[in-house]
Amino acid sequence: MTAITLRQKLAILSDAAKYDASCASSGAAKRNSLKSGGIGSTEGSGICHSYAPDGRCISLLKILLTNFCIYDCSYCINRSSSNVRRARFTVDEVVQLTLDFYKRNYIEGLFLSSGVIRSPDETMGEMVEIARRLREEHRFGGYIHLKTIPECAPELLEKAGRHADRLSINVELPTDEGVNRLAPEKKPETIRISMARLRSKIEEKSEPTMRTKTRERFAPGGQSTQMIIGADASPDATILKSSARLYSSYRLRRVYYSAFSPIPDSSSALPLKNPPLMREHRLYQADWLMRFYGFEQDEILSGRPDGMLDLAVDPKLAWAIGNRAMFPVDVNRADRENLLRVPGLGTRAVGRILDTRRYRRLRLEDVGRLCQSITKVRPFIVAEGWTPGALTDSANLRARLAPAPVQMELF
Amino acid sequence: MAAIARSLPRMTVKLAGQTDLDGWRTAARALAMKGVPADQVGWTIAGNASADLFAGTDHAASEALPGADSTTFTVPRAFVELAETVVCHRDPERFALLYRVLYRLREEPHLMKIGSDTDVRRLEAMAKSVRRDIHKMRAFVRFRRIGGGPDDRHVAWFEPDHFIVEANAPFFVRRFTGMRWTILTPLASADWDGTRLTIGPGATKTDAPSEDDAETLWRTYFASIFNPARLKVKAMQAEMPKRYWRNLPEASLIPDMIRGAEEKAREMVEKQPSEPAPHHAKIQARHWPAPPAGDSTTQDGADARTLAELSRTAESCRRCDLWRDATQTVFGEGPAPARVVFVGEQPGDHEDIAGKPFVGPAGRLLDGVLVEAGVDRDAVYVTNAVKHFKFEPRGKRRIHARPNAGEVKACRWWLDHELALIRPDLAVALGATAAQSLLGKPVAITKLRGQVIVRDDGLRVFLTVHPSYLLRIPDPADRDAEHGRFLADMKAVKALMG
Repeated sequence: MTAITLRQKLAILSDAAKYDASCASSGAAKRNSLKSGGIGSTEGSGICHSYAPDGRCISLLKILLTNFCIYDCSYCINRSSSNVRRARFTVDEVVQLTLDFYKRNYIEGLFLSSGVIRSPDETMGEMVEIARRLREEHRFGGYIHLKTIPECAPELLEKAGRHADRLSINVELPTDEGVNRLAPEKKPETIRISMARLRSKIEEKSEPTMRTKTRERFAPGGQSTQMIIGADASPDATILKSSARLYSSYRLRRVYYSAFSPIPDSSSALPLKNPPLMREHRLYQADWLMRFYGFEQDEILSGRPDGMLDLAVDPKLAWAIGNRAMFPVDVNRADRENLLRVPGLGTRAVGRILDTRRYRRLRLEDVGRLCQSITKVRPFIVAEGWTPGALTDSANLRARLAPAPVQMELF
Repeated sequence: MAAIARSLPRMTVKLAGQTDLDGWRTAARALAMKGVPADQVGWTIAGNASADLFAGTDHAASEALPGADSTTFTVPRAFVELAETVVCHRDPERFALLYRVLYRLREEPHLMKIGSDTDVRRLEAMAKSVRRDIHKMRAFVRFRRIGGGPDDRHVAWFEPDHFIVEANAPFFVRRFTGMRWTILTPLASADWDGTRLTIGPGATKTDAPSEDDAETLWRTYFASIFNPARLKVKAMQAEMPKRYWRNLPEASLIPDMIRGAEEKAREMVEKQPSEPAPHHAKIQARHWPAPPAGDSTTQDGADARTLAELSRTAESCRRCDLWRDATQTVFGEGPAPARVVFVGEQPGDHEDIAGKPFVGPAGRLLDGVLVEAGVDRDAVYVTNAVKHFKFEPRGKRRIHARPNAGEVKACRWWLDHELALIRPDLAVALGATAAQSLLGKPVAITKLRGQVIVRDDGLRVFLTVHPSYLLRIPDPADRDAEHGRFLADMKAVKALMG
């Protein structure tokens, strides 16, 4: 066997990393290189430097340190029983690749994950060393996201938090039963305790220290997690319940939903079909409703006996159609909370409605100018010179507002 | 600086450059204060063909508008910020539009808040377009390296929609401080030599290097990170429109990636699962040996001989469903044997995260009162009637939910075994749930507070409130009074301890 080239390693270890949905480079503390004279900055909102034809943004160099792994999680391309080709980067190679890509403005930074080789501490130790070298030896100020290994030693977690902007631990699947069945070596209890530990570290370090009154740096971008959708039979209700639990328990910045995607060397334990992309999309919308629109998890799925989100219409519209007694809402009088419940009005549109109506009464066309499209909004609001009349309660409202069924691209 | 020309009845203001905000501001302020209506003013850029039409009619601003700077004219901050962005737009009408809005602001001071106004909307749309262009430049500039070693330089060719090079250059300085770089565009260039930023004239694509070795690796990455089973071409193009592609080294791969995707995805779906990899069995044997035969996994803790053993068994307790949402079992803590056991209701948010009882606000309050009452904290064992946190998620918080009778009963198993191993001569029930667990029946705490009930097994149970009750009293005077009562209770406990 000939020696593997850097390019081959990159191909293998980025292919191995692509099933992780997160690519966010936002939420980091503001930082630039003016003082350090190095390279790198993070200014709050992340930047997507490219887009692949799967529509996903490419913001970070998302790679695995190695795809050798002692775990055998059936949904994972890197599981120990998989016949995928294996490779392993050296610490130097990852550092150099990150810098070379960053200097050409291809990326915002590094998202490093890894298969677990020999021991969790050994693997985590190398990941932390990469982050340390980038920060300390190369004065790298770009974004670093480290996927932490739940079983690693607390000292390593501490060091990881010092260098990284964000840390994450994947819960993998919405239920413990799912993890036990599909990832038999993973311990959901350990994953929870690791997330709890991360939360307390992040909270502890965000307090100014007694002596210097400054804050120690610890994962300023917080922690996130990912769960795979469609690999087990969990309905959306279970998934959203898990998310609500995770957000409230561990103060996560994000829960990522990753539609289970067929992998090149598949296990017989899993459905062999195309990833449920629309379902994934609806889950993200529902997640947004919980975090920014004041919806409770059980409200979103009320009236859906199978516990699944409506794939044909977005969850807010579905909720409104099922709760028409709450409508119409008067855009000139209703409070923010109720405006946020109107289909088609986003947080920004609501903000602008509240601003504008202090100075003039809003007509339907004014609202149309403040939001993306008035079609969805119209049946649910009262405005100056406009009442929806019987429209709100019309029997065919759903059919009117549901987008015409289109064939999904290619599939 | 701007010069103002009077070509009756119109005035024409000639600005020094495409993004001459200062010139516009000076002239616009003066004109607005003089009450010159927007349709009377034209705006041109020095050196532009259109500006030359008015050549010869120019006048200096001070001449045309005496005393223009003597008074101030305040405009909302939102307008100033918007203007800073809008001047970068390529639309030649931008200065006129800005002036019209400025003029209207004299009579309509809240205009900027009227998001439905046509002029405001147009300004906002222009600003949005400029901001997007700025963002896309930050995203899609691709540097190519010239030379190697310490003398290397990075040069990029980019084609923006608007006049944004100067506005955007400081971003690249902040980000690539330690590099020497140049960004070339058709209308302007920005150069950073490591210490100084220079904005220069436009250039052509051929002035920039045509390749860079790193692009091979970048293209490899781009092709590998793509998941063919998730093809969404429209989503890609919405964010990365085709007009940018010609300057993106990775974009030439896209057509082939799209063409091959369907087949690749179908292959993955149709391919039958293969035999486990050859090394798999070895890894399993080495890292995940099967548990030795006869090792029962249904330990219930009944035969635990120490609290540590009991606590370990409780970690995987499934006696009720509360484990599903909680982080971990929070077992009791303290010496064994101990004279007195304090029993609370259930762990709270802090306890659930830390895995220790009474470490949150209520725990700290209890600690303080125990010190005040002179109870030796080290002689006390603290635990809860229910060992998992029961809560309702509310956004980023968890709201305490009261355990029901079934859950209390299920968890009593652990409390009974704790008591059996500790063998205290006094238990303190903090609140109704603890009392119910210790006495096996609902108890009216408010009525029986401060009393001792002796159980059938001889254990004395002292009844009082849970310290979290004190934390919820809003009125300071009431809270002080209740604090006093709770302190008295703890003193009684101290006396009962003997």
